[in-house]
Amino acid sequence: MSQVRELETTVEELKHLFSPRAATGETMLLNLGPQHPSTHGVLRLLLELDGEEVVSCIPDVGFLHTGIEKNMEAKTFLKALVMTDRMDYLNNMGNNLTYCLAIEKLCAIEVPERAQVLRVICAELQRIASHLVWLGTSAIDLNASSILIYCFRDRERIMDLFELIGGQRMMTSYIRPGGVWRDVPAEFPAAVESFLDYLPGKLDDYERLLDKNPIYLARTIDIGIVDGDEALAWGMTGPALRGSGVNFDVRRAMPYSGYENFEFEVPLETGCDVYARYRVRMREFRESIKIIRQGLRLLKPGPFITSDRKFAPPPRAELGRSMEAVIHHFKYWTDGFPAPDGEVYAATESPRGELGCLLAGDGGPNPRRVHFRTPSFNTLQVLSWLSRGYLVADLVAIIGSIDIVLGDVDR
Amino acid sequence: MGAEQKLGNMGVVTTSLETVVNWGRAGAIWPMLFGLACCAMEMIATQAGTYDASRFGMELMRASPRQADLMIVAGRVTRKMAPVLRRLYDQMPDPKWVISMGDCASCSGVFNNYALVQGVDEVVPVDVYIAGCPPRPEALIDGFLKLHEKVRGEKLARWA
Amino acid sequence: MSHLERTISALQERFPHGVLGKAEFRGDITLQIDSASLVAVCRYLRDEPALGYNVLVDIGAVDYSPQEPRFALFYIVYALVQNTRLRLKVLLPGAEPVAPSISGIWPSANWPEREAFDMMGIGFEGHPDLRRILMPADWEGHPHRKDYPLGYEEVQFTFNKREIDARKKYATS
Ligand code: SF4
Repeated sequence: MSQVRELETTVEELKHLFSPRAATGETMLLNLGPQHPSTHGVLRLLLELDGEEVVSCIPDVGFLHTGIEKNMEAKTFLKALVMTDRMDYLNNMGNNLTYCLAIEKLCAIEVPERAQVLRVICAELQRIASHLVWLGTSAIDLNASSILIYCFRDRERIMDLFELIGGQRMMTSYIRPGGVWRDVPAEFPAAVESFLDYLPGKLDDYERLLDKNPIYLARTIDIGIVDGDEALAWGMTGPALRGSGVNFDVRRAMPYSGYENFEFEVPLETGCDVYARYRVRMREFRESIKIIRQGLRLLKPGPFITSDRKFAPPPRAELGRSMEAVIHHFKYWTDGFPAPDGEVYAATESPRGELGCLLAGDGGPNPRRVHFRTPSFNTLQVLSWLSRGYLVADLVAIIGSIDIVLGDVDR
Repeated sequence: MGAEQKLGNMGVVTTSLETVVNWGRAGAIWPMLFGLACCAMEMIATQAGTYDASRFGMELMRASPRQADLMIVAGRVTRKMAPVLRRLYDQMPDPKWVISMGDCASCSGVFNNYALVQGVDEVVPVDVYIAGCPPRPEALIDGFLKLHEKVRGEKLARWA
Repeated sequence: MSHLERTISALQERFPHGVLGKAEFRGDITLQIDSASLVAVCRYLRDEPALGYNVLVDIGAVDYSPQEPRFALFYIVYALVQNTRLRLKVLLPGAEPVAPSISGIWPSANWPEREAFDMMGIGFEGHPDLRRILMPADWEGHPHRKDYPLGYEEVQFTFNKREIDARKKYATS
């Protein structure tokens, strides 16, 4: 079937990935993963070790390749939405948002003001949740195990908030093309407010636990150094890039969903090491809190989804009264809506970096092609040279610091 | 004589070997730390403070299959991962149990496509299926209790 | 004149035969590039100080079958300082789709090109390590092509109960 070349991988073909010393037995080849607690999922690494030192590292991904992009082509634009939740499973709302932004760009749908603010609030809550999981898992890799329990306790509160608005803890599919699924309940602002009052004190605690921990410092400072130019050339984005002092944040560079109306800082660190990336994320927590507080203030009553009946279902109340509404409702859920023939690219800042969606329509109700530019996939490439010369224990710290999610890598 | 002194005036309990062994097994099942996808997040949440799976004798998630007797297949199993999964299962010592957590592991859920094994029961025998995408931690705990029930009901003839 | 317009006119001037066309859709400009001059165009974009496109954001492959040319590769490049994005498009034929590799210019092209090879079966000339990346090494076919079946699970009815039970031999115990 392959027209390009033979597909069998032989040892001969893989030889160029290792140093010649591996063939003589001077260095050791070691397989790490795909079932290993410190690879954060099903990442497999082929390591060439000289004693404890990494000579070369070859990531092998694809153990979680779910065929999401292909599967989305078989569904209408609307029904494909549920797949995006399950892609990067720590950034469910953000994936929804990226995909919806792409659809909205393709079909030129207007999003009402209230929906935009709600989207920002959700995306930032999701960022906090994701960073909490990152903090817990990356710290437990470095043997600071109590942090994990604390972080998951706080994450529960965000899950409760999502359950309040979307009825599900993780896969809410709350952000829909043209707006959001439904308006938030009246208790939502107060609930968010109380969470925001609760979190900063806890963050201070976690920082005290880690920043004053000599073991943590010794294992993070000056480990995994990547300078700004290298990071850019290798396609790193997000906190990992900002830890190398490059000021790039999609929220600032190409604002979407009304981020231009929010005041926030893009945290930068110049340490270029694991510790700098940790600092960036810790500061991002506080920026997210700031953004959400502004969002709650900007939240004005109004429609929460576009009133264009082609792209949004009619409200339940209308269904009993208007025949037209019933027809729209039926068409919307069975046929979906057609999208023009063309390609668009929309990007958002996920907790891990730039998450982009290249969406191609073909004039019908199904996408021709959905392709996601995922931050973890691009960032993971650096691991092959970044870990060189460090110890295996440092490799674990480095994997933790670039914060990959295998669902995001493999899709 | 020692036993009598230790027991004090608690009296004597008589039971069958089967019950004692099953009771012991059900009370200390150690799951394997084996997360595949989104469901793994809920599995960790179950293990963490709020839901605290150690109440059910599962304080430790063992990363090594040699030290585990329960495999929680938490997430989607791809065709690339399936041989690995089977190998891990084979490495676990008997007696061993499998919980298929979530729609993906049970029947591949919303992803009906080329990349996924359509239900992990094509690869390993499953004892308890848990529905949900992802199942809430409560659902996973319910799965644990179901498994306990099953373990308690096991017959001597099966494991001897 | 914005940086994007400057870039486009510079490219058109410098590569009169390399830039095949310019299309605008929803406010994004896509330049169609001849695959033979792709590497030269990319090198120029990166190395010309006035342009400064130092980041390759993404490579996306699209299958337009049954149209011909069947495949398109979308390259999104970004100039960090000028905060400008440009999209390049390269069309490839359905039979033997091969594009030049640009991983020598932006190393981050390495994995996206491998992904396009794995999923769409597009070859990249000059790629240092063109292997399958997501699918197992012995997989047949390229799943994201339109003519590759999606695959599905058969529903178990009474008439095919035995057959499926035989396949899922661990399901019934
Ligand atoms: S069942 Fe749902 S939550 Fe679990 S792995 Fe599958 S998609 Fe993810």
